[in-house]
Amino acid sequence: MDNANIKNRLTKDRIVLYAVSLFAGLMAVPLLAILGEVLLRGYEQLSWSFFTEPTPTAYRAMKAIKAGEPIPGGIANGIVGTMLMLAMAALFAVPIGILCGVFLAENPKNRFSQFVSFLTDLLQGTPSVIIGIVVYIWVVVPMKGYSAIAGSVALSIMMLPLIIRSTEETLRILPASLKEAGLALGGNRARVMLRVQLPAAFGGIFTGVLLAVSRVIGETAPLMFTALGCSFIRFAVDKPISAVPLLIWEFFNDPNLQELIWGASLFLLLFVLTLNLTAKYLAKKWNQ
Amino acid sequence: MESVIPILEFKKTCVSYTKQTMAVKYVSAAIDRNTITAIMGPSGCGKSTLLRAVNLMHSLYPNIRVDGEILLGGENILSMEPIDVRRRVGMVFQRPAPFPTMSIYDNVLSGYVLNGIRLSKAEKDATVERCLRSVALWDEVKEVLNKKGTFLSGGQQQRLCIARALAMQPDVLLMDEPTSALDPIATAHIEELMQELQKEVTILIVTHNMGQAMRISSKSMFMYLGELVEYGDTAAMFSNPSDERTKAYLTGKMG
Ligand SMILES: Nc1ncnc2c1ncn2[C@@H]1O[C@H](COP(=O)(O)OP(=O)(O)O)[C@@H](O)[C@H]1O
Ligand SMILES: [Mg+2]
Repeated sequence: MDNANIKNRLTKDRIVLYAVSLFAGLMAVPLLAILGEVLLRGYEQLSWSFFTEPTPTAYRAMKAIKAGEPIPGGIANGIVGTMLMLAMAALFAVPIGILCGVFLAENPKNRFSQFVSFLTDLLQGTPSVIIGIVVYIWVVVPMKGYSAIAGSVALSIMMLPLIIRSTEETLRILPASLKEAGLALGGNRARVMLRVQLPAAFGGIFTGVLLAVSRVIGETAPLMFTALGCSFIRFAVDKPISAVPLLIWEFFNDPNLQELIWGASLFLLLFVLTLNLTAKYLAKKWNQ
Repeated sequence: MESVIPILEFKKTCVSYTKQTMAVKYVSAAIDRNTITAIMGPSGCGKSTLLRAVNLMHSLYPNIRVDGEILLGGENILSMEPIDVRRRVGMVFQRPAPFPTMSIYDNVLSGYVLNGIRLSKAEKDATVERCLRSVALWDEVKEVLNKKGTFLSGGQQQRLCIARALAMQPDVLLMDEPTSALDPIATAHIEELMQELQKEVTILIVTHNMGQAMRISSKSMFMYLGELVEYGDTAAMFSNPSDERTKAYLTGKMG
């Protein structure tokens, strides 16, 4: 009876294992399909000029298509805009996010920190389009125009909850002995945080920042209300600016430019993938 | 006059983690300057709790209550600023914990950095050498001062932590089972070191190891269920304990 029982349980175990593996495999299908689709359609467009030249006009594109040539130009205006806005967004979001994370990790139980914690969750769940419209009212209207600044404010708001949480969680899992050792030497809390805890948490926080960047890099909706777009390469922070996801949307809306969607998508996808893998690698390295 | 005042004195010191129970109950004891005092007792009897009261570690946790008095050079630390107390009372933890992001050199100096005290390069070099020499680590690490402290062996790390505490020139050094995570050779090293150190600093050490208490301490405390059961000369206590509970513990009849 015992033997049969064990056999029975082993069979059940195996069935569960197969089922789980099957679903895991199924999960991978759409992911691989997307990657494959983008890769197959996009790789042809990837050339040096695709990364160094701005978007072509519809007219130039149409002429090229008629002549059977590849579409000229590229997405350099979008890449520059995306990088500029990401850098500025990180500039806003990293210090504020780290400060909030430190506050939450150090004061887990008071009323105000619970409120901040709740707000962080709320922010994380806020649809990006709403953030876009709010930033439109807060920044675009007073500045009387769309701008890279407005776009980066929207992106930084989206990055905040991720940075706050990764800072808080990394600080929480540091051994208490680290903080105690610092305080036992007579340090005040601020110095111990700055010299001991934050350096020890650097890996986790940096990983969190990378993930936050990869999270917002593909955001389109909030940029439509804030950055608007621009057909040439521009470094001004107070003027409308382009971004790669905005370009994808523009390409989709212009029959002459549709071919460019895939190159731009491939760029975004590879960028996000690289960021994620880097984050994973760093997290692993720092955890050793 | 100064030699008359004990460097450290517990007066009816009580510590409680919860409202209902006390982890340390009415401990009273005076500790003389430049001695080594061992605190013994079964697990959970309140040794660490008593030790951590001395550098006000408990004040980090709002639920923990410390009552009574603890006098440091005659002054009640419970009404002093934690930072001032901790500068004068160093601590070495059970697990060696050099700051993982700092080099050996910076670990020794970390007390100064954490207190916002600036030193010149020459002062820094001198302090690092003096402290590492006093823990007999200098010759082993002088070539690798810029390496991370976590590269060292467990025993070396613990000596580095002692050096780090000594760099602030404390009056009292608290050690919570400092050798329990170390091998016998490293342990012997540190015991030898403590004999030297008591010339400069008063040491209060929690130990599970009776042999260790016997070898290094001049006075011993025996704690049981939060009470200080017996306190006196180590040799006398080991040869002729006055309390039944001490006797049971020393003869291995109590865990
Ligand atoms: N952080 C804490 N919260 C609640 N109770 C604690 C805490 N730390 C220790 N205690 C309790 O206080 C008593 C004494 O603990 P401790 O001082 O660590 O003992 P020892 O160091 O002698 O082994 C034990 O009963 C322990 O369970
Ligand atoms: Mg203990």
